[in-house]
Amino acid sequence: MKRKKRTAIFQWIIIALLIFIVLFPLYLVVINAFKPHADIVTNPISFPKSAFLDNFSKAWRTAGFSRGFFNSIRLVVTTALIVLAASAFAGYALGTKRFTGKGLLLSYFLLAMTIPVQLFLFPLYGVFAKLDLIGNIYAVSFVIAAINIPLAVMLMRTFFVGVPMQLEESAMLDGANTRQILFQIIFPCVKPGFITVAVIVILNAWNEYLISSTFLQGEKNFTATLGYLSLNGGSVTFDQGMKMAGSLIIVIPILIFFLSLQRYVVDGLTAGSVKE
Amino acid sequence: MKKKDSKYILFMLPAILISASVVVLPGINTIYSSFTDWNGFAAKKNFIGLANYISLFQDKYFWIALKNNLIWMALFLTVPVVIGMGVALLLLNRKKGRNMLQMIMLIPYVLAPVVTAMIWKNIIYSPTSGLLQFINQMDLGFVLKTPLTSKNFGLIAVAAVDIWHFWSYLMIIYLASLRQVSEDQVEAAKLDGANAFQRFRYVYYPNIRPTVRLMQIMIVIFSFLAFDYVQLMTQGGPAHYTEVLSTLAYSAAFSERKIGMASSISIVMSFFGLIASVVYMKLSRGEERD
Repeated sequence: MKRKKRTAIFQWIIIALLIFIVLFPLYLVVINAFKPHADIVTNPISFPKSAFLDNFSKAWRTAGFSRGFFNSIRLVVTTALIVLAASAFAGYALGTKRFTGKGLLLSYFLLAMTIPVQLFLFPLYGVFAKLDLIGNIYAVSFVIAAINIPLAVMLMRTFFVGVPMQLEESAMLDGANTRQILFQIIFPCVKPGFITVAVIVILNAWNEYLISSTFLQGEKNFTATLGYLSLNGGSVTFDQGMKMAGSLIIVIPILIFFLSLQRYVVDGLTAGSVKE
Repeated sequence: MKKKDSKYILFMLPAILISASVVVLPGINTIYSSFTDWNGFAAKKNFIGLANYISLFQDKYFWIALKNNLIWMALFLTVPVVIGMGVALLLLNRKKGRNMLQMIMLIPYVLAPVVTAMIWKNIIYSPTSGLLQFINQMDLGFVLKTPLTSKNFGLIAVAAVDIWHFWSYLMIIYLASLRQVSEDQVEAAKLDGANAFQRFRYVYYPNIRPTVRLMQIMIVIFSFLAFDYVQLMTQGGPAHYTEVLSTLAYSAAFSERKIGMASSISIVMSFFGLIASVVYMKLSRGEERD
């Protein structure tokens, strides 16, 4: 019995240590966001003496967060809509139907999930430049959507597989057409699938770096993430307090999003990756 | 009675067209460009055969980058796997508080690489203000330099941040997989007197092996694609010591304007990924049929 207790304590120490490693950098962000730069240089791990709020207004202005968040929301919503529309139909066909070329398409989407962005980035940049789409949020959404579609299709498919076939058959006997069957019967059944895919795609698009930093040039087209990144360049580099305030500003919305929808995040991450 | 119906290919069209226009067509263009001297602007591409590949294989920075990708792979195949599996096993039988702990541990994973990279670069690794500088202020008899500018530790310092961001993803996957192992099997092993290690070795592990293997393959693929953290924290510097294939390709394309050369690097990267992808596809299709 004593040995068991010792193991339990040992296990809790490991868990506590990991939680500390996970949270400590974020703790540093929170406390230092409220301190002027000089205080951070003196001691970055102490509590702020008083709440120094100038950091936040300075970070907000320097990073252009008003415009950045607006652009991010446009980017994320457009991406999610494109991905949901395309993956719902594809997932339905792949999950419930048999047709020629299905095996090939499944293989394609599996393979496409792991294709490096660099394989198509450079010619795509040429096309964007030619069509004058550099800096166009919606065009960039389209690219990010294309990258997310393979994963979304495979995810959606797993949800459609669970829909009983009889539902569709009896509706067909009642004389419903394909459109009615899909929109009134099948899609409502896979609502959790839509939410899961939306949550994962929103996270991916919000956090995306390589595509958006390449194509979204010009400050007025910056997403919140790119605006935040600009806090680290040029003359503003030294103000650690402002940078921590900027970090806090950008972490909070995504943290709220994650904490309120964490069940779907975990579902989306594990579905398809856990092999039975 | 399922019959084959070709109209369902129409349902696939939006997904296929979007994917093909962004991934497949430009991808084919990249393959072709890798045999040309295209600079990205000129209308004309001169076919130069294997010249890009030959000069790439003679470039010492290419070999540094490839070596760094392999180090990256070795780090990711071990460190986050061991931590992730260890924590998953610890949480498996701890129903109280499990969701809470899982949620906290996932926080770094849901933050943008831009954000986690900058937080570490600024408040942990910065030589002028932050944790590292604070430790140096305490006069402990040694002076820590920022690892990001170090020849030997630069890459490890960058990988450490990515591992901080990534490990909990593996933990979540392992935990979900471990929870599907039938409790009867575990109980039976317990009755037979199997200790914790034996239960893992003979009951849990054989059951979750497909998932573990899948994750290993994913790690191999993504190790050859590693970009964000290196680009954000060191840009491959100092003096190319932390260069990886993707940053090499990126600077060839956007700093040196050698799209042909950049394309050949992309092809090499994709080649390594493709080998792993084919293995991955074989495995996942094989298991679907079971």
